[in-house]
Amino acid sequence: MYSFANEITGYVGFEGRGFIDKPLYSNQKDNSLSTSINLEYFHDFEEVNESIVASIFARKDSSADGRDHIDISELYWWKAYENFELYIGARKVFWGVTETSHLVDVINSSDSVENVDGEDKLGQPMISLLYEQDWGTVELFALLGFREPTYLGAKDRLRSELLVDKDSTSYESSQEEKHIDFAVRYSHVLGDMDLGLIYFNGTSRNATYSKISVNNEDILQAHYNQVQIFGGDFQLTKGDFLWKLEATHSKPRSDSSYYSQVGGFEYTFVGLADSNADLGIFAEYQYDERDYAFGQNDLAIGTRFVLNDTQSTEFLAAITQDLDNKTKFISVEASRRLTDTWSIESELRIFSTVGSDDSLYELREDDYLQVVLKRYF
Amino acid sequence: MLSLHQNKKIISPVITTLFVGLLSTFSFGATPEQRGLEIAIEVDKRDNGFNDNTSTLEMILGNKYGESTTRIMRTKTLEQEDDGDKSQITFDNPRDVKGTSFLSFTHKVGSDDQWLYLPGLKRVKRISSSNKSGPFMGSEFAFEDISSQEVEKYTYKYLKEEKLMGRDTYLLERDPVDPKSGYTKQNVWIDKERYIALKIDFYDRKSSLLKTLTIGDYNQYLDKFWRANKWEMVNHQTGKTTLLNYSNWNFRTGLKDKNFTKNSLKRSR
Repeated sequence: MYSFANEITGYVGFEGRGFIDKPLYSNQKDNSLSTSINLEYFHDFEEVNESIVASIFARKDSSADGRDHIDISELYWWKAYENFELYIGARKVFWGVTETSHLVDVINSSDSVENVDGEDKLGQPMISLLYEQDWGTVELFALLGFREPTYLGAKDRLRSELLVDKDSTSYESSQEEKHIDFAVRYSHVLGDMDLGLIYFNGTSRNATYSKISVNNEDILQAHYNQVQIFGGDFQLTKGDFLWKLEATHSKPRSDSSYYSQVGGFEYTFVGLADSNADLGIFAEYQYDERDYAFGQNDLAIGTRFVLNDTQSTEFLAAITQDLDNKTKFISVEASRRLTDTWSIESELRIFSTVGSDDSLYELREDDYLQVVLKRYF
Repeated sequence: MLSLHQNKKIISPVITTLFVGLLSTFSFGATPEQRGLEIAIEVDKRDNGFNDNTSTLEMILGNKYGESTTRIMRTKTLEQEDDGDKSQITFDNPRDVKGTSFLSFTHKVGSDDQWLYLPGLKRVKRISSSNKSGPFMGSEFAFEDISSQEVEKYTYKYLKEEKLMGRDTYLLERDPVDPKSGYTKQNVWIDKERYIALKIDFYDRKSSLLKTLTIGDYNQYLDKFWRANKWEMVNHQTGKTTLLNYSNWNFRTGLKDKNFTKNSLKRSR
């Protein structure tokens, strides 16, 4: 009744990246061309309370190195029972409300080779239960093993000086990547407020790296701790204002615990100067107790310009300023629909006046402009 | 017999006039405001009790050069006992927004609650409903034009009766209560027999005529509820048009509140 079935949809993306500065390492190139494909399939069974969903993503890059990969982003079975819903299989689950950092989004590992923003994720195998009541929604997750994030290779730009050697990856748990993680989320809507509380116990999705020597070559070893994360996300929607907050308290099994938060607001000038366009401004403050972390004491301010035209033209520009040093990260994104089936997206990323003590230092010569043409089918 | 007939001929208009006069003082308010409100309440009352419905919607956007683009979406609506409707719109076309879904809880008083599901990021975003004057998907329909029309969202004034496209109508003026509305007033032609809107003129913040909506091809469902298949909006200031073609109406499909949550929004495809 309510959806189509037995239909494969998706897109093919043609990406070009031009780097403004000369590469730091001789095996890297000034620019890259890349093709990606995303295929999605779903089937709803008769009563619309049972379905199967599958999606797959693959990329082939001109540097033929770390960015080439295939991922089963989704492959799950879903069924709604009288009082609960059950998911079995690989899924992507997004949690959170803020724009410039995603602290409570802890379920999926990063598909890091896709973009520096960390918003691309790998499918996570799981069994999950969802229980929805008047007093809120509870989701329980058993995460069946850890998907190791993707790492860039020697020929890729935007990489660290030392390469991560996948064969050297280590785990705190003796079950290594087979450790079954547990997560729970409670979420609720109370009028103007959307709130969520999370708990995660298992393999950290973020590695700690150490320099080691393998066959007389220095490499980075990724180590994945066992961690408990308590967190919350909150949004208040009041008129033209959105107020947002995410906070986590992380407790590694064998390291000291730390607190992280990101919070701020977005304000929209609706119908700017009697036009159809909306202009939004936002500011988010990022804090992390760990000195070396991204966003340990940073202020991000930005603007969103939405034309509300037939082509859905949008611009998003943001600058993140480290308040402890001069490091700036500038990001400009623009997108527009070309036809019913084609669209264009572009982004400019600039890592400016990066201090040698900053975690972005390795990307100091990797400013780039990217254009992606997507053909949907 | 003849005289009686003659008498009847003379008398009957008098009686009719008296009767209509009595009826109007009895059932319609004394002031144009009261009478306008009463008609609006009757329109609302006659659509009470449909429970839920689903439909498919084709939206054709045209510019003044005669070029057009088409969007396709599916809608579902759930009636609420003491509040505005809950509704969800899911896009099928254009392809780049396929699976994008919009969930809205309309409230009789105060601002509506709205969420947007972005399938690429698997992310549900609560969005501000204060953009009600903004265009819906680049069309000539503003969010406030397509959202559930609650009596409380306007103040009313009865203007006159008028023939429109061969039908007897009441012409009402209604003024949006919310200062965030893009309109100073709307003139609405209500079909006298069926209590459904046939045409709306929208006046912008400078009180000049902005758009005209013509609503036609009405069908009655479950012997009670009228739904129109053709909604044509013309923007007089830009020459742009948007045509909505509804089809596949289904009523009382068994939808519940749990089909209109952030969770169910994530499952829309």
